[in-house]
Amino acid sequence: MRLTLLNVIVAVVLAIAFAALNAAYLVWAERRGAARIQRRPGPNINGPFGLLQPPLDGIKLMAKQLTIPGGADKIMFITAPVLAMFPAIMSFVTIPFSDTIVAKNMSVGVLMIFAFASMGSMSLLFAGWSSRNKYSMMSSVRAVSQAVAYEIPMLITTITVVMIAGSTDLMEIVHQQSRSILHWNIFPLLGNSHNLLMPFSFLIFFICTLAETNRAPFDLGEAESELVAGFHTEYGSMGFGLFFMGEYANIVIGSCMTTILFLGGWSCPFGLFPGVWWFILKLYLLIATFIWIRWTFPRTTIYGLLNLSWKILIPLSLFNLLFTAGLIKVF
Amino acid sequence: MNPSTLASPAFFSVDGLVGVVFLIMVAITIVGGLIACNSERLVRSVAGLVVCFIGVAGLYFFLNSPFVAMMQILIYVGAVAVTISFAIMLAAPEEKKKIGPSSILAGPLGFATAALLAGGFAVLALRTEWPILKKLNDGSMKNIGLQLLTDYSMVFELVSIVLLVAILGALVIARQGREN
Repeated sequence: MRLTLLNVIVAVVLAIAFAALNAAYLVWAERRGAARIQRRPGPNINGPFGLLQPPLDGIKLMAKQLTIPGGADKIMFITAPVLAMFPAIMSFVTIPFSDTIVAKNMSVGVLMIFAFASMGSMSLLFAGWSSRNKYSMMSSVRAVSQAVAYEIPMLITTITVVMIAGSTDLMEIVHQQSRSILHWNIFPLLGNSHNLLMPFSFLIFFICTLAETNRAPFDLGEAESELVAGFHTEYGSMGFGLFFMGEYANIVIGSCMTTILFLGGWSCPFGLFPGVWWFILKLYLLIATFIWIRWTFPRTTIYGLLNLSWKILIPLSLFNLLFTAGLIKVF
Repeated sequence: MNPSTLASPAFFSVDGLVGVVFLIMVAITIVGGLIACNSERLVRSVAGLVVCFIGVAGLYFFLNSPFVAMMQILIYVGAVAVTISFAIMLAAPEEKKKIGPSSILAGPLGFATAALLAGGFAVLALRTEWPILKKLNDGSMKNIGLQLLTDYSMVFELVSIVLLVAILGALVIARQGREN
């Protein structure tokens, strides 16, 4: 297929539309899910099942004035929310949803997604610093230390999968798992690895995704009881909206990566009708787990959070890396 | 001209845009560097540095090495810039850049050094025969890994010694701070 400007524009528009639609309707899903867990109705007035709530919220946010606090660094205050959304949309470019549905498959796909995901912490940092608010500042320091701490075990676990697959091409990684459910990277026996620790690396990866997207129980960056609303305390209107959408877009990307690296991407568990629907199913099951975890677990403390990463997850993932390397060498 | 080029008008071809995107990347790199050097606030300097790194990553991408481009973003934006921001936040909250009284010679000497460096690089760039026609390899991770562990293993080891020295230096400095 020849690459034309039209293709590029269509791909970019689709990526943005997918990210934005997901962000909008995941807010709805989150609120309905929370309500269900807390035994209350949730948003159910606007439209059937409250489905019109996200567009109405969007209109409300867009109609509001963007206020910039007096002492704030104006340029960075405006740039930060854009930076929250930009890496998420860039990452959608290389995520393969099925054999054919991918904007641009790259041989360094895994690297590209982690490269742009690592830019997300810059946005939190700039937002907190430029607001000129001590709660925002503390929150951004927390959020960044958290992001740095959990990026390490996440990358090490990903390297384990990349070693097993022998490729950083996301499509190639999925193709190797596509024979049956037992060949998925999460399962140890029949797969490519024979590594008994693979379920644990899946768990480590999932915990890291939770932490990297600043989700409860790891949402120390916006701990309402301590820091007002964290780094987005001073943001109103669409500035706040962009941070919100960025968070949900990152959840989608994290779940996409978990699906691709561990759950066989678009391949079917029984070898029947592989296609994009399996990918979507796995993706939304993972996202539902995210929401479920958020509303069932209490928030940890910042020390607990950092200790979990530096004292447990990093040694475990390093051991797993060495173990996998040994197994690959032996078999 | 074959029919397929006629079917797709010039506007829809990407090839013409490549040059424009390259120039944008060069501009991003230069502007980011200028922001990093000239801004009054340290955090803005870091932001400029991030912009500069992204521009450089774009240039690597144009040099047919997506792996190096992605590593540039992952390491320099995701790790180095974040670490620098940490250092700034842990240090004393100083608003303005400190500009002490400089000697009369500082301006001309600085200019002379810059001119010498720029001239030297220009001469080097013009005199070197660039192997543009010969594509070295496909720039894939496997090739880079093989090259680093065979032909360039000496360089690789030397770089790791530099990192070791940096870590030891940081430890020594931190140790001194604890005794105070």
